Amino acid sequence: MRLIASLAFAAALMTTAAHAQTTNVKVGVLTDMSSLYADDTGPGSVAAAKMAVADFNPAAHNMKVDIIVADHQNKPDIGSSIARQWFDTQNVDAIVDVPNSAVALAVSDVAREKNKALLVSGAAISDLTGPKCSPNTVHWTYDTWMLAHATAGALVKNGGDSWFFLTSDYAFGHALERDATAVVLANGGKVLGSVAHPLNNQDFSSFLLQAQQSKAKIIGLANAGGDTINSIKQGAEFGITAGGQHFAALLFYIGDVEALGLKVAQGLVLTETFYWDMNDATRAWTKRWQVERPGKYPNMNQAGVYAATLHYLKAVAALKSAADGKAVVDEMKKMPTDDPLFGKGIIRADGRKIHPAYLFQVKSPAESKYPGDDYILKATIPADQAFRPMKDDNCPLVTN
Amino acid sequence: MANTADAAAIRLHRRTDSGLGIAAVVMVTCLVVAPFVLYPVFVMKALCFALFACAFNLLIGYVGLVSFGHALFFGWASYLAAHAAKSWGLQPELAVVIGTATAALLGFVGGAIAIRRQGIYFAMITLALAQMMYLVALRVKLTGGEDGIQDVPRGKLFGAFDLNNEMTMYAFVLVVVLAALFLIYRIINSPFGEVLKAIRENELRSISLGYRTDRYKLAAFVLSATLAGLAGSLKALVFQLASLTDVHWTMSGEVILMTLVGGLGTVFGPVAGAFIIVAMENYLAPLGQWVLVIQGAIFVACVLTFRRGIVGELASWLRVKL
Repeated sequence: MRLIASLAFAAALMTTAAHAQTTNVKVGVLTDMSSLYADDTGPGSVAAAKMAVADFNPAAHNMKVDIIVADHQNKPDIGSSIARQWFDTQNVDAIVDVPNSAVALAVSDVAREKNKALLVSGAAISDLTGPKCSPNTVHWTYDTWMLAHATAGALVKNGGDSWFFLTSDYAFGHALERDATAVVLANGGKVLGSVAHPLNNQDFSSFLLQAQQSKAKIIGLANAGGDTINSIKQGAEFGITAGGQHFAALLFYIGDVEALGLKVAQGLVLTETFYWDMNDATRAWTKRWQVERPGKYPNMNQAGVYAATLHYLKAVAALKSAADGKAVVDEMKKMPTDDPLFGKGIIRADGRKIHPAYLFQVKSPAESKYPGDDYILKATIPADQAFRPMKDDNCPLVTN
Repeated sequence: MANTADAAAIRLHRRTDSGLGIAAVVMVTCLVVAPFVLYPVFVMKALCFALFACAFNLLIGYVGLVSFGHALFFGWASYLAAHAAKSWGLQPELAVVIGTATAALLGFVGGAIAIRRQGIYFAMITLALAQMMYLVALRVKLTGGEDGIQDVPRGKLFGAFDLNNEMTMYAFVLVVVLAALFLIYRIINSPFGEVLKAIRENELRSISLGYRTDRYKLAAFVLSATLAGLAGSLKALVFQLASLTDVHWTMSGEVILMTLVGGLGTVFGPVAGAFIIVAMENYLAPLGQWVLVIQGAIFVACVLTFRRGIVGELASWLRVKL
């Protein structure tokens, strides 16, 4: 009898041991599901995160991965309280995407305090790997420094030497204006002025008139999503482009091109780090993504959510634990990255993911052969030049 | 005959008092146990809103003044408290004092302008002042615009208690909120409170009795603004963030909703209302924008079925004062 009891006990122990080996990971997609950035991130980012989990195949690594989603409504207070609650009560190990730089900065503080991982894709502010860098944050897709150098640099060199900025009045807009101004000045151009507009603005008439009066050759749009679409649409109605001034959409996505239509958007120069029609791997991925998002085209934010989540899960698999967020991020920095969308790359000590950036021009309706055929590749900026060198970071993590 | 009537009145009075006493004991017990059962940050948020709603109720429930701009005091106090803690590096208790004092000052200026008018005009003036200060918050450097003031240090209370510990923070918030609620209770039941109620019932008669009603109204307005500011300052420390959400007019609307759902002019109503609304926002958050629709439906249901609010109806059913 005693033998049977002890055997049963041993069996019970073994089953618990087998269970204990399964690593549970919970990834929270914190994004804009309903407002001006929802088309450029939102449900498309959620679909991308789910694809990353499927491609990672958690069962093969003896892992169980759950994805949860929340809408931060572009408010830092809502974003940080969701993050806090996820970490405290829902056992979330990592948060991905977080478009809106103000929200990303707030969530970065929370992730650091709770020692969890933050994988930023949708937010642009370069301070995330600069003065505000954190050992718990990886900034994957792009940033304001990269956008400013690629897009603004190219335009200034092509003769667009006088600028007026239309800036979204929060962390992201100001960072983008700051970084672009530096590039314009460094290349011998001049900045004639700037005006800040509220986030998620509907009526740009007074701002556009100021831009028109400035007589600047280039009207730099340091905004994103719905705000950029509205600026360009209303600018066309005001005859700004017809009057010889040009818009520089410093942050522009393929979804914005589709929303404006090629007729209005043609000729715009923009920078993305991913284009769905780049090669066979990206096309195959896009086809699968479109099962969830029919009729849409994925942009770099959504591709970044996929790649960052995939790489994060690989790092967790290597450590067999997601508990220590900083340790997982360190592992992510140690392992070279490799995914079908961004190819091979690395994550620097400051948390910056490095990959090439592509300067595109929007095609005219005549040049576009099939739906989604929107971009002409103008230039490729190699990975080591696309992002701010670490010595200029002012990131406390980098000691040199 | 007269003796029996007196005795009945005394019994009723005792019953009323014991009703309040029992309710207070139940509430305090629940709040002490709450952080061990529920998520402490959620309970702290609800407590801040409970104080905010009680401060608002002091004005609408006892003086009959409907302010549509209470977010002004709540939000600006939270900005100043956050600024004091972050940029000036002050201890949390001093930051809270500075936030609260800001609200008192704003309450004095705003109140002096607003109480000159009554009814809808009073409401509109408070709304206009609040919107004006919202736009100031959107533009000035101090508030950080859309970004808000982030990463506010909670610091050490009196230099000794580390508020980064959730339970210590909870104890601090609980003590301050309960003290403030007790203060409100004392205000309501003081001779000053009786005059306020007289003004609510019939202002002209109060004037004819020799009361300078404007002074009483201004005093009540400043008290209400100050306590709303105390709630806002605490919230800034709890969330380590002060943002535009707290000065936006929807915040003024939310506090009205809390007070009405809980019960206008009851001591515990706003507390119950705040917990219900915050719980809804918290637990229904996955439904996204549907939360607003559900809130609206609940509000309509409340207004149609129990007009005195949840606590108000409960009190009349139990025949006690709550």
